[in-house]
Amino acid sequence: MLIIDCPWCGKRPEIEFRYGGEAHIARPADPSALTDQEWADFLYSRTNPKGLHAERWRHIHGCGRYFNAVRDTVSDFFVVTYKAGEARPDIGGDK
Amino acid sequence: MQKFSGFELFRRALGGHHGWQPQWRTPEPKASYDVIIVGAGGHGLATAYYLAKEHGIRNVAVIERGWLGGGNTGRNTTIVRSNYLFDESAGLYEHAVKLWEGLSTDLNYNVMYSARGVLMLAHNHHDEISFKRHVHSNRLNGVDNEWLNAEQVKEFCPPLNIKSMRYPILGGALQRRGGTARHDAVAWGFARAADSRGVDIIQNCEVKGIRRGPDGAVEGVETSKGFIGAKKVGVVAAGHTSVVMAMAGVRMPLESYPLQALVSEPVKPAFPTVVMSNTIHAYISQSDKGEMVIGAGTDAYTSYSQRGGLHITTHTLDAICELVPQFRRLRMLRNWGGIVDVTPDRSPIIARTPVPGLYVNCGWGTGGFKATPGSGHVFAHTIARDTPHAINAPFTLERFRDGFLIDEAAAAAVAH
Repeated sequence: MLIIDCPWCGKRPEIEFRYGGEAHIARPADPSALTDQEWADFLYSRTNPKGLHAERWRHIHGCGRYFNAVRDTVSDFFVVTYKAGEARPDIGGDK
Repeated sequence: MQKFSGFELFRRALGGHHGWQPQWRTPEPKASYDVIIVGAGGHGLATAYYLAKEHGIRNVAVIERGWLGGGNTGRNTTIVRSNYLFDESAGLYEHAVKLWEGLSTDLNYNVMYSARGVLMLAHNHHDEISFKRHVHSNRLNGVDNEWLNAEQVKEFCPPLNIKSMRYPILGGALQRRGGTARHDAVAWGFARAADSRGVDIIQNCEVKGIRRGPDGAVEGVETSKGFIGAKKVGVVAAGHTSVVMAMAGVRMPLESYPLQALVSEPVKPAFPTVVMSNTIHAYISQSDKGEMVIGAGTDAYTSYSQRGGLHITTHTLDAICELVPQFRRLRMLRNWGGIVDVTPDRSPIIARTPVPGLYVNCGWGTGGFKATPGSGHVFAHTIARDTPHAINAPFTLERFRDGFLIDEAAAAAVAH
């Protein structure tokens, strides 16, 4: 069982959380201006890196809030967690 | 290639079994090939085999970072079935089941395909109507599937507990032609048959880059054994597809998740079929060695760790103990994980890519083993002719752009 450090509540076991996929994928401001390919990229294409991955988590059985984390997808080690809306900490890895 | 037969076995037995040859060579890579397949799992080896057998393309290399069949081919729960809802999927998986039925003879290698039936259990009204819809859809597509009521389920698979559980079994959909095959034998059989047709299987050779020419077309791959030229490259790298495709600058609609499985200590034959329960989320069959082979859904988050959370496995075993109470006393022998590449619609991608000369066969998610021969067969066609086979024509990369999803995610009869 992984221990995840919720920026609001502190360290809790992973079963309190729900995974929310890759972070920092902003919804396009003007979707109708996009080509089909750009829209498909927004909806479906993912970095899926082997290494550091910025991703969203939701503390669903706690405060209920979304936050972001950078996790190493090889070891599942959580390098850092940070609040939603904050920029990704500059610690390397694919972006 | 030494042909396997009863007579040959007898003859070698007289010689103390000393005369057997290695089943495939261990070649050094040539400077270039017509086709390079990245990934020597079941799908990659099958692709190479059908390239050589059906399309006469024998100047082929299969490049593998580890050892052949050491990824998901050797980690899955070996279930074979084709009872998918949509026409495209039914066509693809049924193509594979038809190949499974003759595969041992075709490869001259016993892949131990055992059509012992796949029984999918319904535990509530929604399951019941959903599975009946599947039965009708499958029959229209020429795929066998039939509805059993609870008593018929109990009769077909006596160890099941149909009543005294939180979600009693109301019935089930049974595909009698479904079953299991021996996963390692599938990899070895395809490897041996491909090798005998001239395919070089290069193990312990990691692809580190995909070289593209000034016109953007593929020129070959950079590997840990140096550069190897190729006119065409087929990527069949399962959970690592995103990583390999990124080398060619292609972003994929894939996410890689750990999928766990486990086996019990071996016991005498005690479970006659394959049972899957989507609702309480577990599936089980008995291997020929006697182990109960058990699995369920993926872990919750993307990972390349080839292991998963123990609480996922525990949850699976809770379901197994409800379904088959006598297995509560079984001890589990070992568990493991494989990394599966999941598409947004849970259907595979077997297609050309935006890069000339680069092809991809991926996105099999949690259910690729059953498709192994069919997948290799249509992918070989796609590479050889530079145009898809009618069966895999819907499984393009562009379907996500054009909105033609094959949405088995919402409609599958499977435990995703």
